[in-house]
Amino acid sequence: MSTEPVDQKALFDSVDDVATRLADVGYIASTAVATTVFLADRLGKPLLVEGPAGVGKTELARAVAEATGSGLVRLQCYEGIDEARALYEWNHAKQLLRITAAASSPTRPEAWDETRDDVFSEEFLLPRPLLTAIRRTDPTVLLVDETDKADVEVEGLLLEVLGDFQVTVPELGTVVAAQRPFTLLTSNATRELSEALKRRCLYLHLDFPDAELERRIVLTRVPQLPEALAEELVRIVGVLRGIQLRKAPSVSETIDWGRTLLALGLDTVDDATVRATLGVVLKHQSDTERAVAELRLN
Amino acid sequence: MASPVVHGGLPAHLVDFVGALRRAGIAVGPGESVDAAAVISELDLLRREQLREGLAAAMLRRSGQRAVFDALFDLWFPLGQGAALGEVALPYAEDGSVDVEALRDLLAGLLRDGDTAAMAELARAIVDGLGAVGKGQGGQGQGQGGGGGDRGQGGGGQPSTWSAYQALNAVRPETLLARVLADLRGGADAAWDSPFAEEVSRREVRDRIASFRRMVTDEARRRGAEVRGREAAARTGVPKQGDRVDFLTANSEQLADLRRRVAPLARHLASRLAARRRRARRGPIDLRRTLRRSMSTGGVPMRPAYRRPRPGRPELVLFCDVSGSVAGFSHFTMMLVQALREQFSRIRIFCFVDGCVEVTDLFGPGSDLGGVMAEITARPGLIAFDGHSDYGSALGRFREGWPDVVGPRTSLLLLGDGRTNYRDPNLAVLGDLAERSRHVHWLNPEPQAQWGTGDSAARRYGQVVPMHECRTAAQLAGVVSGLLPV
Repeated sequence: MSTEPVDQKALFDSVDDVATRLADVGYIASTAVATTVFLADRLGKPLLVEGPAGVGKTELARAVAEATGSGLVRLQCYEGIDEARALYEWNHAKQLLRITAAASSPTRPEAWDETRDDVFSEEFLLPRPLLTAIRRTDPTVLLVDETDKADVEVEGLLLEVLGDFQVTVPELGTVVAAQRPFTLLTSNATRELSEALKRRCLYLHLDFPDAELERRIVLTRVPQLPEALAEELVRIVGVLRGIQLRKAPSVSETIDWGRTLLALGLDTVDDATVRATLGVVLKHQSDTERAVAELRLN
Repeated sequence: MASPVVHGGLPAHLVDFVGALRRAGIAVGPGESVDAAAVISELDLLRREQLREGLAAAMLRRSGQRAVFDALFDLWFPLGQGAALGEVALPYAEDGSVDVEALRDLLAGLLRDGDTAAMAELARAIVDGLGAVGKGQGGQGQGQGGGGGDRGQGGGGQPSTWSAYQALNAVRPETLLARVLADLRGGADAAWDSPFAEEVSRREVRDRIASFRRMVTDEARRRGAEVRGREAAARTGVPKQGDRVDFLTANSEQLADLRRRVAPLARHLASRLAARRRRARRGPIDLRRTLRRSMSTGGVPMRPAYRRPRPGRPELVLFCDVSGSVAGFSHFTMMLVQALREQFSRIRIFCFVDGCVEVTDLFGPGSDLGGVMAEITARPGLIAFDGHSDYGSALGRFREGWPDVVGPRTSLLLLGDGRTNYRDPNLAVLGDLAERSRHVHWLNPEPQAQWGTGDSAARRYGQVVPMHECRTAAQLAGVVSGLLPV
């Protein structure tokens, strides 16, 4: 499919190395996360991370960048994003200026040729995230966030970039990656990504962590939180996830909850506390009502 | 006993595993197999969990496939052969039989502490000690102390299979709930701090018991695979993928899984129905793109570019059969309706049996699905005559009662099996509705082969409006993505 990547030093030595170094920058990785990050680096494939909101998909990219000392280039996808926003764009205003400047100068027969070649040179190119990531010579982590929000056409664009790590600019030629960026795509699975794109990636489904892992995450993120309190919070959140809710609380909600309790100066979780602060964890009024009824909070 | 690896070494074993995944309905292409081989060469094969995650990353493409993958992975890359016991051993009574009471004490302790690792080991021991079926009587109690690989060969010979049911029946973990809760509370007489604390603990312990049951079931499947061969175990013991479960026969766990799948589908459906021609011929000018185009004409804007239209929010009218014959489907219908409710700003929902009522108001934001169904059936007008579904009369009442609901901007979605009890299907009304609306689609939960059989008028309706077989979430996804080219 693609040529061998430019001889490139691997970022990590082993799966355990991934876990330790991510932990050093405050990201507690499960076996699944550590293994897939290690493989994505070793096999030189992009990593597609799918999962509910707030389980640390975007955070993972940030942590990998920080742990490996790479620069993070982020492409935020949204409905209607196009080539000009994702890849590159010519700076028309500047090009026009250049043409007008040339036209106002005394007429020389070769002036037009010069101008024509000139306006399509590096100087007038505005690189967007994908091109930036490919042209960088320093270690780079490329994050394509919320890929599912982008239109199907953009996926086609990503195929060239992620499959061969090269970008073709018709006027300039093909730009091949000086070094392969560590690429991470995230998706909330609001729509099915195309098979072609998925085939080029390693796939990681990031779900809610188990209780032990979540406790460690909360303690890393909110270090001042007493350990017993963190355990209690994780227990309650675990139970809340078991109830049929519109939006199950995520890890980020557990962390917020820990911060809230800390800010309020509370060190135990009793009924009154839970009732007062449930809004931090549950984001819909109907969810709150349901949880209160099911867990007999009233 | 099945040999752990087929001839041809690891690559052949991997190909064998890929074959099993394909038979279970997971599309693993040759490219994925190559990736999987690359994964194996990068990882330490002795770290089983890393291998599992690595292979999953290379071979799976969506989350619903994970349960199937895990079950097959356990068969093809088993934790060990034979009992493979850990440190947790079964307690035995004087006469060599398993001391069930002591065992229950042990399990209660583990459930209280939530010690997952020890629970997994106990599950293995329980299947080994209590799950054997068709083994000679002398077999139990032989060499129980050791954590040996030679067990099973001794005593009364090889058991014919391992039964999770038998093992669980002896231990009855659910009956431990009250006891574990009493332990947690600090004695039978102590009181809970609050009903909330009790409820949290109760649910927590219940989840642990459920996960323990799953451990025992998985272990019994693994041991069974050794006896019967893993091909046989893969055929019978591996769960179905969530999106292939039939709506009409789904159990509660599968329904919960379906619910998670339906919400994104509804969004997808909404965007498909809303799709409009991408490039507008009129509207506000897009200055940036106009300027870009003007480059080819030396900066003189000759061809203006227009701003792309935002996808509009269409009107949707749902017409749902809630009669007894589609009881299983109507639950799914309600899930879909609620999910669609959040996607469409203008939606009208109608339910019918032989009469027809509007129930849009019941699906307010955050309404509880369980209660909605009861309220729908209680609505006056839903049943006009005898409570047997009658599509013809329901369609007629719909047009009479709400003549202005379906218009040129409306998408009409009908959900039902088209079984109209040999009554007049009233095709003219449906044809009229189809003519007046923008799109009409009919989702039918019955297999296509049964359309038109017996009292089903599905074939006849199918000639008037496009009808799609929609028995599983996968089919629904197919229908949705095939509805309109975007």
